[in-house]
Amino acid sequence: MKRFRIVALLPLLALLGGCNAVVLNPSGDIAIQQRDLVIISTILMLLIIIPVMALTVWFAWHYRQSNTSAQYEPEWSHSTHLELIIWSAPLLIIICLGAVTWMATHMLDPYRPISRTSPGVTVAEAKKPPLNVQVVALDWKWLFIYPDYGIATVNEMAAPVDQPINFKISASSVMNAFYVPALAGMVYAMPGMQTQLHAVINKAGTFKGFSANYSGAGFSEMRFNFLGVDQAGFDKWVADVKASGGGNLGRTEYLDLERPSEAVPVKKFATVDPQLFHLILNMCVQPGKMCTHEMAAIDAKGGLGLAGAYNVQSIEYDKFARRGSDPVVKKAYVASVCTKAAPMGMDVQAAAVTPVSSAPLTGAGLPRPSMFQSFAPKPSNS
Amino acid sequence: MFENFDLQKAIFGRLTLESLPFHEPILVVTFLGVLIGGAAVVGAITYFKLWGYLWHEWFTSVDHKRIGVMYIVLGLVMLLRGFADAIMMRAQQAIAFNGSEGYLPAHHFDQIFTAHGVIMIFFVAMPLVTGLMNFVVPLQIGARDVAFPFLNNFSFWMTVSGAVLVMASLFVGEFARTGWLAYPPLSNYAYSPDVGVDYYIWALQIAGVGTLLSGVNLIATIVKMRAPGMSLMKMPIFTWTSLCTNILIVAAFPVLTGVLVLLSLDRYVGMNFFTNDFGGNPMMYVNLIWIWGHPEVYILVLPAFGVFSEVTATFSGKRLFGYTSMVYATVVITILSYLVWLHHFFTMGSGASVNSFFGITTMIISIPTGAKLFNWLFTMYRGRIRFEVPMMWTVAFMLTFVIGGMTGVLLAVPPADFVLHNSLFLIAHFHNVIIGGVVFGMFAGITYWFPKAMGFKLDPFWGKMSFWFWVVGFYFAFMPLYVLGLMGITRRLRVFDDPSLQIWFIIAAFGAFLIALGIGSFLVQIVVSIKNREKLRDTTGDPWNARTLEWSTSSPPPVYNFAFTPVVYDHDAWWDMKAHGYKRPLSGFKPIHMPKNTGAGIILAGLALVTGFALIWYIWWLAAVGFIALIATAIGHTFNYNRSFNIPTQQIAETELERTQLLQSAGA
Repeated sequence: MKRFRIVALLPLLALLGGCNAVVLNPSGDIAIQQRDLVIISTILMLLIIIPVMALTVWFAWHYRQSNTSAQYEPEWSHSTHLELIIWSAPLLIIICLGAVTWMATHMLDPYRPISRTSPGVTVAEAKKPPLNVQVVALDWKWLFIYPDYGIATVNEMAAPVDQPINFKISASSVMNAFYVPALAGMVYAMPGMQTQLHAVINKAGTFKGFSANYSGAGFSEMRFNFLGVDQAGFDKWVADVKASGGGNLGRTEYLDLERPSEAVPVKKFATVDPQLFHLILNMCVQPGKMCTHEMAAIDAKGGLGLAGAYNVQSIEYDKFARRGSDPVVKKAYVASVCTKAAPMGMDVQAAAVTPVSSAPLTGAGLPRPSMFQSFAPKPSNS
Repeated sequence: MFENFDLQKAIFGRLTLESLPFHEPILVVTFLGVLIGGAAVVGAITYFKLWGYLWHEWFTSVDHKRIGVMYIVLGLVMLLRGFADAIMMRAQQAIAFNGSEGYLPAHHFDQIFTAHGVIMIFFVAMPLVTGLMNFVVPLQIGARDVAFPFLNNFSFWMTVSGAVLVMASLFVGEFARTGWLAYPPLSNYAYSPDVGVDYYIWALQIAGVGTLLSGVNLIATIVKMRAPGMSLMKMPIFTWTSLCTNILIVAAFPVLTGVLVLLSLDRYVGMNFFTNDFGGNPMMYVNLIWIWGHPEVYILVLPAFGVFSEVTATFSGKRLFGYTSMVYATVVITILSYLVWLHHFFTMGSGASVNSFFGITTMIISIPTGAKLFNWLFTMYRGRIRFEVPMMWTVAFMLTFVIGGMTGVLLAVPPADFVLHNSLFLIAHFHNVIIGGVVFGMFAGITYWFPKAMGFKLDPFWGKMSFWFWVVGFYFAFMPLYVLGLMGITRRLRVFDDPSLQIWFIIAAFGAFLIALGIGSFLVQIVVSIKNREKLRDTTGDPWNARTLEWSTSSPPPVYNFAFTPVVYDHDAWWDMKAHGYKRPLSGFKPIHMPKNTGAGIILAGLALVTGFALIWYIWWLAAVGFIALIATAIGHTFNYNRSFNIPTQQIAETELERTQLLQSAGA
């Protein structure tokens, strides 16, 4: 019986294979295991779904009013045996599925470093140290920082086949989800928070990556290419990025890059500020802003007391709200306290500097500047 | 110049002429259409001098039956709006290929998918469900009205106010561009400074008051007002599912209210609950909104399950199989629905143990749900099934819902969810359970109880047309989305780069078109039925040979429902009465104490609407005036002691005599 049903599924799978169903035909070991789980779970459930559907159709047909030869027992409404079966059959399936779920969820936890690079090859045998990639979801493009190589790219990333990849993921403003279906399942990218993903790509090729969580106007075109390449190809790709003449990605350049833009072409940065991801994660790329980990450390020691309430600066620049709209309340942020590098405390000068042009943003999908124009600070007023 | 500007702001807040979307041709045409249609309706009502009738008999009515009908009318009207959004999305996604931008800019498209979700859940599904419960529950338990009749009227009008705010956003300003749950930081002030999210917040807050109060009302009704003899385990299944749904409402909606209050504090007074700065945490919002959001799914589907139980038993001509296990299954689902919310965000990195826990609790819900399905199946077994329209919806539900249930359990496996979450597979799944479960259930319920409410059946031919268009359309519209989900296509995309996907979106759009024909057929069905009402008239009060108490009274029931409160011996009380040769008492009537109609509900809700609108547009003076007037009216209403009246014996005797004659003429 069981074998029969699996056979019945095959044409369906073939149909899906024909239309490039990447989730069912991925190229990374993690995604392949996730695919297997999708199929195992489906088959387990079909064990009960198919009989139920068949019975529904059969009962509906057989006990139709016009079929007077069918048995009719209007008062029959209880059967302990049947009750036992209808509660226990789903229970048994859920016990199996629950056990599978418990194991698979732990084995395929995105935070868990992978133990094999492909079936039968452990990470130790593969003899390749993991590749570190820091991913930042920006409005509306992806920034990839390779701390091991000191390079960064926008909307394109590459990784050598069969080498473990350790992603650290964050975002600049709103929530996104980092998803390369061929590689592994998705993980949210959230501002001020770091998520992780451990994966490996096993086939060379160009795979699609995108944001899987709606993040605003430019979301649809927040796509990138994930290049699976051999080691030589990867070395060449790194050399290309370094030779691209893209310059350095420092704090100022990042603040400029962070501005909302859509359908952004690939960009390459030959060098990158090694602290950048840390600053992004702690939301203090803008000079003069206190980093959240500092804030947390101060708070953990009891906070600054009343003085803390005065240690705030009004935000002069924010990607949307400070441009052409009239806030009910002025937004503020915590200013940094003195450090060795800035002994006078917060760098008021730096904080007041608007890092980029505050001209209204335009572009496909962005709100038309006319929509709330009357609230734009008139040049004469400002 | 400067002072003028300031004055304008003080009076109109941020509302200006430019807030009216003259630059959006689609909206201008829609607006003109609504204007002409609205004028026609208003004109017709005035011409036929119906305002007085509507005001006295419907708008101010505290009769649960009329309020129930008004809820359903609201749900159907909003269905048209929500479906218009759906068909616009399907059209956009079917053409936005090969470099085409489609016909909707992101600014418009993003509002549409947000509005579609919000409207379909809050202003279509909720009113339909609440309306059915309102209409049916008091009749099923042998009561004369709900526990708090005025509150019921007020709840309804608050729901209408919320719906009006959402509709207003179409023509004054804009709606949220955040997705239907408005996750911060995107919905917070920094990234959505416009009025859209404020419309969202206040529409839901105002409608939420109505939903919560109607939940309180129905719980009190079911707990306190059952006919003598109706112990809990003799309640009809629909009443049971209503009780569980309303318990869920009362427990879940305050969470929604709370989380939206926190979001408002962030947006209006610069607090930092869900901001990125100052230690705010957007994930807390995601947790809280789903602690409401998951029970909400069961709030919608449990009454639909109740409908299917009633329909299956009635049209199989057979006692419901496994009544007791059906009740326990419902209760277990009610409890478990609070233990699964995290499955909506497995991919936010909660850790393997947490994910496994919530994944497995989710799967466990499928056990009582499966048991329910088997119970319907074995109710059909050895029955004598009449395939009237409600039963057709039920069989379609059973076949469709198991597919949705299967994909749901699949999504509950966290590693599988990692590859399918937020994809079109997810969209297909929840439409599969919400259309296949809730919508089919509501259509079954409406068709089933329509003769009770109106006194005549719905035309079966157009009912079947509607049924087939809906069911076939559903499969055409959503099966391609399952496929697209497996191709790794995510939701809420406005443009596509891979041309090979287009064919699937075209099939889905065709499905949406079929559903449009289904909705059209339903409207035609209503018109045709009204035209042929004499032929379709139900004189017996029991057109389906049904089993529960509501069928023991006339169709439509008199305002007092039952001249004598029935005494119940079985959960199929009416079936039991029929089997034991029940005779209607024809004399010995006593005066019946009934609540009086009142306009307070509609006035209070109108003031809430004004307050909400003022808050959205920062018109502070108006918000203050509206709110003070709201409180003052509410207090004022408490001094109205003239709230009830007695229906004299004479009138009851006349009404009952009329029914006796009607029954005799029908030969019953």
